Amino acid sequence: MSETHKAGRSAGVRERAPTAPVVVAGAAAALFALPLAGLLWKAPWSKAWPALTSEEAGQALRLSLVTSVSATALALALGVPLAWVQARVEYRGRSLVRALTTLPMVLPPVVGGTALLLALGRRGLVGPQLDRVGVHLPFSTAGAVLAEAFVAMPFLVLTVEAGLRTSDRGLEEAARTLGAGRWAVFRSVTLPLVRPSLLAGGVLCWARALGEFGATITFAGNLQGKTQTLPLFVYVKLESSDPGSAIVLSLVLLAVSLAVLASLRDRWLRAL
Amino acid sequence: MTRAGRPRARGAALALTAALVVGACGSGGAASGDRSRSALSGSVTVFAAASLTEAFNQEKATLAARAPALSLTYSFAGSQTLAQQIIQGARADVFASADDKTMQRLVDAKLVEAPRAFARNQLEIAVAPGNPKHVGGLSDLVRPDLVVVLEDPSVPAGSYSQQALARAGARVRPRSLELDVKSALAKVTSGEADAAIVYASDVQAAGSKASGVTIPTAQNVVATYPIAVVRTGANHAGAAAFVQEVLSGSGQAALEAHGFLPAS
Repeated sequence: MSETHKAGRSAGVRERAPTAPVVVAGAAAALFALPLAGLLWKAPWSKAWPALTSEEAGQALRLSLVTSVSATALALALGVPLAWVQARVEYRGRSLVRALTTLPMVLPPVVGGTALLLALGRRGLVGPQLDRVGVHLPFSTAGAVLAEAFVAMPFLVLTVEAGLRTSDRGLEEAARTLGAGRWAVFRSVTLPLVRPSLLAGGVLCWARALGEFGATITFAGNLQGKTQTLPLFVYVKLESSDPGSAIVLSLVLLAVSLAVLASLRDRWLRAL
Repeated sequence: MTRAGRPRARGAALALTAALVVGACGSGGAASGDRSRSALSGSVTVFAAASLTEAFNQEKATLAARAPALSLTYSFAGSQTLAQQIIQGARADVFASADDKTMQRLVDAKLVEAPRAFARNQLEIAVAPGNPKHVGGLSDLVRPDLVVVLEDPSVPAGSYSQQALARAGARVRPRSLELDVKSALAKVTSGEADAAIVYASDVQAAGSKASGVTIPTAQNVVATYPIAVVRTGANHAGAAAFVQEVLSGSGQAALEAHGFLPAS
């Protein structure tokens, strides 16, 4: 009985396959697929290996890995407590804080970089104080990490906050009534509960950090081996007389991001 | 369109030049002025090297007074960025480059008509107002207490800077290689860098926010700026009129007022 019902339903779905949304969906998918096809079409495959193994490209790739992983670590250290407070603590101004933490997602990254410069630069709001204790962020790798974290952390905070909101608070309360301390509850109940969204948020944050361009070049500058991450290197190369190597490197960046996002899709949807 | 359009374009440009000359002489010249007004309309998109920003904005005001129906749009960026955009099919009517090399890429690709030199520029060291770090010349830029910013060698200013530093025998370790000359200047005006090698015109454009340290002629590099009508542009008449305006007396005066040297 239930099987015939199921079969009937799926057959019904197939029958009603609506044309209009499918056509629009196809166009939407093409919007994403076409640029990718353009890159694949123009990529000089014969020059791919030398382009990928050049010293400059290697340096940019290594630097990108170091900075994006560091930015994700920084985002986890700062972002998880922030997400917890936003999800679990009622306070005045909570929506303002949420808007603030979402801001980097809509702010043009170049503006973000300028804002960082105005705050942490040599003449910035707190820059002189940082200078006095020997912290120089502009033109440094640490500056590149900070710029990436600034732009990418919202992805982590929003995902983890959503996970915390939808997680079962009954389990936490039960643990508390059984005598577990707050930290123990957080570590052995809350964190395992939001693990999928933690993972999803972390990976999204990392992917965004890996692709970061505007805030990095504005705040940290462009110096090979120090602040020239892969997106910056690709941009410089694209404008040179040999844009082929840049296209190959863009494809590497795309392949990495695509692989990460494809493996993540289900988890992310569940977390949200 | 282009075949039929070109003679008309020359005519229009001539009419405009005539109007400019008559206008400059101080007499009314209403008839010829009206003719150029009716001939020049539509929009003209000018892709120009970042260093031309202030001078070309002044040209815009001049041209707006003489051809009010013409709407002028600028895109300022590093010359290499703009050249790449035109190669990729960006809609530009005029291209003004900060070096011959970048312009030659478009000449080779048959994307522009014969370029004409319209200005020259020299390098200068931009420092904080009043030169608090006492930068005396290119050889000072190796000092470890200075934060020095240059442009990437793919940018004309960056390649000129490299030549000048080589002539001075100075091995500078820049903190960043910016992607256009205005970004390098901005690092100095914001106080983030102590010195940057930019064009003399950029130092002048910065006004009170930066001082310039001149580079002796023996070490300096003279950049020649070529301008050309883009073949793929939609408004050939307007493009030719803009080029004429830049080469005219008032155009040259605007460039000189902004720190450029005359083309010849």
